[in-house]
Amino acid sequence: MNIPGDLRYTKTHEWAKPLEADVLIGITAHAQEELRDVVFVELPVVGAAVKRGDQAAVVESVKAAFDIYAPVSGTVTRVNSALTKSPQLVNQDCYGQGWFFAVKPDRPDEVKTLMTAEEYAKTIQAEAH
Amino acid sequence: MHKTALHPEHLKLGAKMTEFHGWDMPLYYTSILEEHHSVRSAVGVFDISHMGQVWVRGPGACGTLNELVVSDLTQVGPDRACYTLLTNEQGGILDDLIIYRVGDQDYLVIVNCANREADASWLSAHRRGEVEVRDISNGRSIVAVQGPHASRLLDEVAGTRVGGLGRFDVVPLPSLGEWVWAARTGYTGSDGFEVFLPDQAAVRLWRRLLERGAQPVGLGARDTLRLEAGLRLYGTDMDAATSPYEVGLGWTVAVHKPSFLGKDVLMRQREGGVARKFIGFEMGEGPVPRHGCAIVAEQRRVGTVTSGTFSATLNKPIGMGYVEPACASPGTPLAIDIRTKPYPAVVVKLPFVRAREQANVAAGSSTPLTGRL
Repeated sequence: MNIPGDLRYTKTHEWAKPLEADVLIGITAHAQEELRDVVFVELPVVGAAVKRGDQAAVVESVKAAFDIYAPVSGTVTRVNSALTKSPQLVNQDCYGQGWFFAVKPDRPDEVKTLMTAEEYAKTIQAEAH
Repeated sequence: MHKTALHPEHLKLGAKMTEFHGWDMPLYYTSILEEHHSVRSAVGVFDISHMGQVWVRGPGACGTLNELVVSDLTQVGPDRACYTLLTNEQGGILDDLIIYRVGDQDYLVIVNCANREADASWLSAHRRGEVEVRDISNGRSIVAVQGPHASRLLDEVAGTRVGGLGRFDVVPLPSLGEWVWAARTGYTGSDGFEVFLPDQAAVRLWRRLLERGAQPVGLGARDTLRLEAGLRLYGTDMDAATSPYEVGLGWTVAVHKPSFLGKDVLMRQREGGVARKFIGFEMGEGPVPRHGCAIVAEQRRVGTVTSGTFSATLNKPIGMGYVEPACASPGTPLAIDIRTKPYPAVVVKLPFVRAREQANVAAGSSTPLTGRL
């Protein structure tokens, strides 16, 4: 299972990547595997305030829609508008071109409180049983 | 949960399984959209053995069935099939089904799996004259082969000329075993066949079709395909409280048939109209409409979505549902409430996709376009 070591993770299968100015956010390979065909993504508005654990986006497959939660609190700085025309990027490249949105965190350290790749791998294994 | 005879095959193929009315069925094998495309462009095979097979035979078979369905079965010759509706005394739809006249006095009635026992009991309870009604589903399966290459593939595997069958023709296939019939019917809108056969023959057929490159297709794509074709789903688009005239199936009603259950109510509706109309609608980019979403026109709720999905062929969300008759004309602008936000939609004529015609054009075929479904 693809779980890049340089990212942080949530129980709800989002990944977070701290960058210079903001934290990039998307969904994991495990999540997009479960979803299969992503046909629509609803992204937050740039400038919106998000709180850790609150619903910030929606990802929709042929069968159902799922909430995506903000891994950290802060302000939305940018959103991946490529997903409007090409939602399948989420399936094809979930850690790269399939990113959802970025957040300028209220507390830059908050992202370090998220799970590491090893911890996330353990939770997926536990889920499978 | 119930399992079809092909269940071990689905597990071998790594299918993602789902529960469907008490049956453990494949939702998809690779992906819903991929399987959908396979049927539209090549050929897909489905295990639909969860559906019920009821045998009605004897001199009283036609008369028994004719009193209970809206079509005139005296017009259905041997080796022909008929899509029709089972109605109650109020003209409400108890089930939609296809009746295959496999012999002079022998009818194979294929019913929705959720209604299998109820339909068999209903037919049995309304027997007239010398007739036997038997649920023969146990020990039997149904394999659907659908797509522009379906007839070529089935001809190869069955060593026959099913390609020569017309829409809604049915024929025995002794090369595949005893008690095997194939009909040029289907629930996808593409060309194709449904094969009704004993379990062991089904397993052999399934494997041979896959060996020759058929894509196995699950219930997920079965739903997206039938929606594109504008085909209704019982229990989702219509139920016992639905009149054929509300759900746009008035064409099935044989108004000149002297009598059938619910006829007087239906004839009154035919004259006086109904309070809601079934429509299809298309949306732009946006979320997928789902069963239960409100349909709005001019800021007022005018109806409800009953079926919605993402059309892989049209690359947009589509749906069907009921609206007030004044909002039902093709071209009418609507809004669909999805997760409390309105998204624009427009009423379109059904079906959304005319797959058989498009496939014919693409293949440069000169086969004439025939029939309805």
